Amino acid sequence: MSLANQLKNQHLMWRVGFGPAVEQLADLSEVSSKQLYKALQKASSKKPEYIDVADDFLKGLWAGIDEVGRQEKMKEMKEEDKKKIQQKQRESVKSLNLNWLNVFINTDAQLREKMAFFWHGHFACRNLNVFYQQGLLDTIRSNALGSFRDMLHEVSKSAAMLNFLNNQQNRKDHPNENFAREVMELFTLGRGNYTENDIKEAARAFTGWSSDLKGEFIFRRFQHDYGTKTVLGKTGNYDGDEVLDILLSQKQTAKFITQKVYKFFVNDTIDEAKVSWLADRFYQSTYDIGKLMEDIFTSDWFYDEKNIGSKIKSPIELIAGIQRMLPMKLENEEVLTFLQRALGQILFYPPNVAGWPGGKTWIDSSSLMLRMRLPQLINDVDEMNVKTKDDDDLMMGRKAPEDGNKPMGFGKRGVIRATIDWKEYMGHFEKVQKEQLISSLSSNLLQTKSSVSNELIKQYSDAGSKESFIKSATLQLMSTPEYQLC
Amino acid sequence: MVIKRREFLQVGSLATASLMVPNFLKAFESKNMVPAGNKVLVILQMSGGNDGLNTIIPYRNDIYYKSRPRLGIEKSKILSLTDEAGLHPALTGFKELYDDGSLGIMNSVGYPNPDRSHFRSMDIWQTGSESKEYWTTGWLGRYLDAQCKGCDKPTYALELDDTLSLAMKGEEAKAIAMKDPKRLFGTANQRFFKDVMQQHKDEPGEQPVDYLYKTLSETVSSADYIFEKSKLHPSKAEYPKTELGQNLKTIASLIFSDINTKVYYVSHGSFDTHVNQQMQQQRLFTEMNDAVRSFTKDLKDNGRFDDVLVMTFSEFGRRVSQNASGGTDHGTANNMFLIGGGVKEKGLINPMPDLSDLDEGDLKYKVDFKNVYATVLKNWLAADDMAILKKKYDYLKFV
Repeated sequence: MSLANQLKNQHLMWRVGFGPAVEQLADLSEVSSKQLYKALQKASSKKPEYIDVADDFLKGLWAGIDEVGRQEKMKEMKEEDKKKIQQKQRESVKSLNLNWLNVFINTDAQLREKMAFFWHGHFACRNLNVFYQQGLLDTIRSNALGSFRDMLHEVSKSAAMLNFLNNQQNRKDHPNENFAREVMELFTLGRGNYTENDIKEAARAFTGWSSDLKGEFIFRRFQHDYGTKTVLGKTGNYDGDEVLDILLSQKQTAKFITQKVYKFFVNDTIDEAKVSWLADRFYQSTYDIGKLMEDIFTSDWFYDEKNIGSKIKSPIELIAGIQRMLPMKLENEEVLTFLQRALGQILFYPPNVAGWPGGKTWIDSSSLMLRMRLPQLINDVDEMNVKTKDDDDLMMGRKAPEDGNKPMGFGKRGVIRATIDWKEYMGHFEKVQKEQLISSLSSNLLQTKSSVSNELIKQYSDAGSKESFIKSATLQLMSTPEYQLC
Repeated sequence: MVIKRREFLQVGSLATASLMVPNFLKAFESKNMVPAGNKVLVILQMSGGNDGLNTIIPYRNDIYYKSRPRLGIEKSKILSLTDEAGLHPALTGFKELYDDGSLGIMNSVGYPNPDRSHFRSMDIWQTGSESKEYWTTGWLGRYLDAQCKGCDKPTYALELDDTLSLAMKGEEAKAIAMKDPKRLFGTANQRFFKDVMQQHKDEPGEQPVDYLYKTLSETVSSADYIFEKSKLHPSKAEYPKTELGQNLKTIASLIFSDINTKVYYVSHGSFDTHVNQQMQQQRLFTEMNDAVRSFTKDLKDNGRFDDVLVMTFSEFGRRVSQNASGGTDHGTANNMFLIGGGVKEKGLINPMPDLSDLDEGDLKYKVDFKNVYATVLKNWLAADDMAILKKKYDYLKFV
């Protein structure tokens, strides 16, 4: 089939998932986008496997002690033991981060994981307890393509969110409104669609929602306010679940979510007519996320020229995308943590409860330079000389770990030390004529209307052999402003 | 001072005539390349939440010593300022600045509904939002938006670091982050980047990729510009070899040139002293003290001290009571230093915090930091504070 078809399929792969994988290269010009989407749906139909990375030491500590027992135990614990726990927690969250990033790169369930990545930013939550984080992650991955209603209820009852938004302090007579506010402002209605009084009243309905230290939801009856509440014009002695359903009964919630989905998956500039059509159907389907995504990805307008190559890849999309096309072994995976930090997006560390703003905010002069140097850094030609800012929530006043003067993971020479497996990639370009090579590589890697001049890429490529030419031209194409878009 | 031919050429080629000629003409008359009056703001971010009570110490206050049996600083070691307040013993240079009337101290600065998480409170300080709002641009970034409409180099604000803080990101314009003008120049001038830039042609209608090319071209031209300016009058003064010392030296060198930069941003830390506070704060203060002393002396020696305002802040102060590990936990309101020949209110600008009136063990704020920002924007940088802060905040009188 035509190049246009290949471009459309690449577009689909970048938006449904984290970009085309090297093993898909042959198929992308053959199948239709409808067929491809069907296959992607099928690959995402299974329930995902729970990611469990919690350190054994923590598990041992957590196992078999009841809540009261543990609180007592925590109190008597020595300073150094507490420190050890914190350190193990941090390490476990880091490993959760790297494990999930690896899923992005390797899974066939691209649709599910990309969707979960979207919800990870929507239900943004920072929490240093790895058990809480694992639980919340499982909730959003399991419900990613299911019912938004179910997911909202589950997330709202997750230990991670209840703790992050201070709901354990939300008690009858001493309400804490943080949770109720964020549920309305960020998870359902969006700013300007409720009053301060709605928040106050809703907060009363959430009183008593709490979790135990194992991360299980508990309802503390004696802290709950059983009185009458009025939320968004409805009155009753509501509990938290009923308030969530009131929020879902507002069409504005469907609209708010659809707008956000459209921005994330289609275009930063909203097309009101499209969004309103999608939102109506989303609402009518009682919040079936899978159907909403199908509406988007099987529409003709999704493939409109203005939507292709129009989004700036987030740092995670950039890092995962390179590795899907060029599978690689890293001598030290710490570099992936470092790159997330340096480029401004660390999984499990959203900037605040509103998530990553995305779009142009990814780009400033420093982040653009680093993005454009990334392929040469992977190729060990360039040396990492950038340091990131300290994160005091993570470091608790200690110095950032470094190898000599180089950031963690880069070794003394300050290079990434990656071994790229080029075999399959090379195979795909075996039959391409030498004169056609750069055009062919370029059309596989770049989604933008204008591309970099082939002549320029040629100048910077190593013409020693066909293999070295393909390698160097590929890395050079990945070092362009165009490659930052998808 | 005779102007060198090299400088003459650079001024001509790098800037628009209307902007630079007056400076350049005046340069013949004054001792310095840049005439006085070019106001500059230097922000020193004390990352991690500095313990304000052990910075400006209420050494006559019993509650202070009762709350801090282990961490309270001995009266005899304190550098006394007034009969109730003194400086941390490591801040000798700050005491000198106090004595010559170029140090202002603003106590109890904070904001309503304080947040005790580092990243959240830092965002609030850096964006200038209320604690219930989530903004995605910084207050200095929005200053840059206003200053840099249609400009080709976003060098009105510079951060001395490898990555850019939220404070410095505007809606349209974003400041430049760099540690070393020479290294920035080297990176930005990789041949490939320049060649890629040159082959790009804007297609009709704004394409998303144009934004990236615009950023790339601004980076390259800013890198050239900053590097050239950094070579004009490099500071010859002695600075400590610490990171902060070297960063302030770079800033001084740029201030002595005729660069258009109005805001410099530099961070120091981490002040997150949950454990062993005394040692850590002592070390950080010593570094800060030595670097700031060299910097202010350098500015004075070059006749620029009146044009530079140094402002410090931290995302929050710490609890009044010490914790069980020889440290303090996250608190709320804090003090700020205002340093420079142009500071109008000297010494303690407002009363010391009231330790008998606490909010669950934390200080209550008396001055909203946004009032400080509004004052600096309006009275120091002559900018439209209401447009930048999106609200009217009353002005204070320190500048």
